[in-house]
Amino acid sequence: MNNNRWLLLPLLLILLFGLNLSLGSVHIPFKEIVTILTGGESSEPIWRDIVWNFRMTKALTCILAGGALALSGLQMQTLFRNALAGPDVLGLSSGASLAVSLIFMSQAAGISFLRTPNPWTVAIAATLGCTGVFLIMLALSKKLLDNVSLLIVGLMIGAGTSSIVSVLQYISRAEEMQTYLIWTFGSLGGLNWTELLVLASVLLLGGSIALGLVKSLNAWMLGDNYAASIGINMKRARFWIILSASILTGGVTAFCGPIAFVGLAVPHLVKFLVKTTNHKILIPTVMIGGSVLMLFCDILSQLPGSTQVLPINAITALIGAPVVIWVIVRHSKMRV
Amino acid sequence: MSSVKKALLETKDLSIGYTGQSIPLFEKQNLALYAGELVCFMGPNGIGKSTLIRTLAGLQKSIEGGIYIHTDNAELRQQIAVVLTEKITTPGMTVEELITFGRYPYLNWNVSLHENDIRIIDEAIDQVNIRNIISKKLYQLSDGQLQMVMIARALAQTTPIILLDEPTAHLDLNNRVEIMRMLRNLARKTNKAILIATHELDLALQTADYIWLAGNQKDIITGIPEDLVLNGSFDDIFRFKGFDLKTGKVKHEVNRARTIQLNGNDSEYLWTRNALERNGFQIVQHNGDTTIKIEQNNNACVWIIGDNRYTSLQGLLKYLCG
Repeated sequence: MNNNRWLLLPLLLILLFGLNLSLGSVHIPFKEIVTILTGGESSEPIWRDIVWNFRMTKALTCILAGGALALSGLQMQTLFRNALAGPDVLGLSSGASLAVSLIFMSQAAGISFLRTPNPWTVAIAATLGCTGVFLIMLALSKKLLDNVSLLIVGLMIGAGTSSIVSVLQYISRAEEMQTYLIWTFGSLGGLNWTELLVLASVLLLGGSIALGLVKSLNAWMLGDNYAASIGINMKRARFWIILSASILTGGVTAFCGPIAFVGLAVPHLVKFLVKTTNHKILIPTVMIGGSVLMLFCDILSQLPGSTQVLPINAITALIGAPVVIWVIVRHSKMRV
Repeated sequence: MSSVKKALLETKDLSIGYTGQSIPLFEKQNLALYAGELVCFMGPNGIGKSTLIRTLAGLQKSIEGGIYIHTDNAELRQQIAVVLTEKITTPGMTVEELITFGRYPYLNWNVSLHENDIRIIDEAIDQVNIRNIISKKLYQLSDGQLQMVMIARALAQTTPIILLDEPTAHLDLNNRVEIMRMLRNLARKTNKAILIATHELDLALQTADYIWLAGNQKDIITGIPEDLVLNGSFDDIFRFKGFDLKTGKVKHEVNRARTIQLNGNDSEYLWTRNALERNGFQIVQHNGDTTIKIEQNNNACVWIIGDNRYTSLQGLLKYLCG
């Protein structure tokens, strides 16, 4: 029984995927959804459009973004040997936010990068911002040997970038500020099929690198000297781990905005379920776990029975924050 | 055992230290580790024992000179296994998972264990006798158990050379003796070369085949334990205060006028003498002021002074010290 607990994750994934497709502001009977998905004709032609081009893309975005963020979080927690590491804690999301805010609000400040921001420029800016911060963290991680100081530096980078963002907000126009604010809320529904394909490639690339790193990630848990003593090339492994985590976080932040807490919380929830430290098992289960949590959060954000949709970040933080507290309490027991 | 000792590891004019610092910790040292031998590496704190171990293991660059390894295995990670002082950073790992890491130098990226790997892990578990704790998590272990697990991990790496940095630090006497005995037996049975950096002078003197003693001139004095004791090398390095290495005892000041002549045998004699000397009496061979006779019958021991009989040393001392 204990060994098969991971089976719960794919089951939940299928269940929540179905549920996610059948819920929305427009009521579509579940039978009709099945008909549409299997290629049949629905009684209302518009339903077909809603299911395929709105709900399906959103559900797939949930799966891809959740999986990518969770895998990125897992790698960072292993890399920094710190249970509280994650894309948002290390200031990656802040880097992306800064870059995107520059795009949105630069016009008001008189330094125009682009006249009309389109989704692709936003995506590229977010990726660059993310990678930029990660490179800074990487350079610092060689100087700062203990991981707590590295995390504090990450938080400070976050504080620094958000103060720059505040300045930009102060001098920008209301409409631009609103566009930016909506981006920071996070959004899973805005992707078309092309963008979805790019996100899928990002996950495939980041995921493949991570799978190739199983041995290094496992050995990383022993500490630098022990890992080197069993034949891990630490410099090379560190580079690839950081690259994979950057691609994953950057890609998701580019298309969905800075989604908080998923990367941090999911690895802990999954480790609680599967009870292993072997990344060969953790990588796929954490990815599925991320997708499950994202689908779940998205369902909650629909506010069942209402046409209102809550910002996804509000929901993920609501679930993520208690997990962080639980991790700290649990770890103090483990004498970490 | 063949008559010619086989050197598994040799250093030639090796200088070590931290890169960036101009002064090396050890300079131009020629050392060797032989198959089947247990070497204890001793010296005061901070002299560079850990640095030498890390350098020999290839985890840190040497400043100068060479390290030559003569074993059948091709890769360094299949030649030298280490047990270090640093803590494992993932306390949620199980004992079995940790020991499995010993096989990593032999596995591909996919890290799947073959039958052979599983058999070797099993053997390592049995060699250090920790079968009863293999499914425990690391944070549930005592310091002694954790050390045994780390040794099992090194054994699972099936290397001809094992380097251990203070494997008995923070352990109680029982665990210390167990670990040293086990390592010594391992060296003999499996013909491995084992190097242990340690502070345990008494244990090292009794178990080591060979001693490396970190000297004052950035050098390492080598020899068998007894030679180094008798030629005073240990005294030079450690500058013992009140400890007489040649008798293996703490020196006691005589602070009582009364001399005692002690008649008795075996451990009873030794421990009675210990108790008396500890309390400042001088033991003499002839013509003592007081004569104490130790009488043994049926495991019971009686101390006799004239007509008085004492059944415990405590009673005897109470009388003598008045």
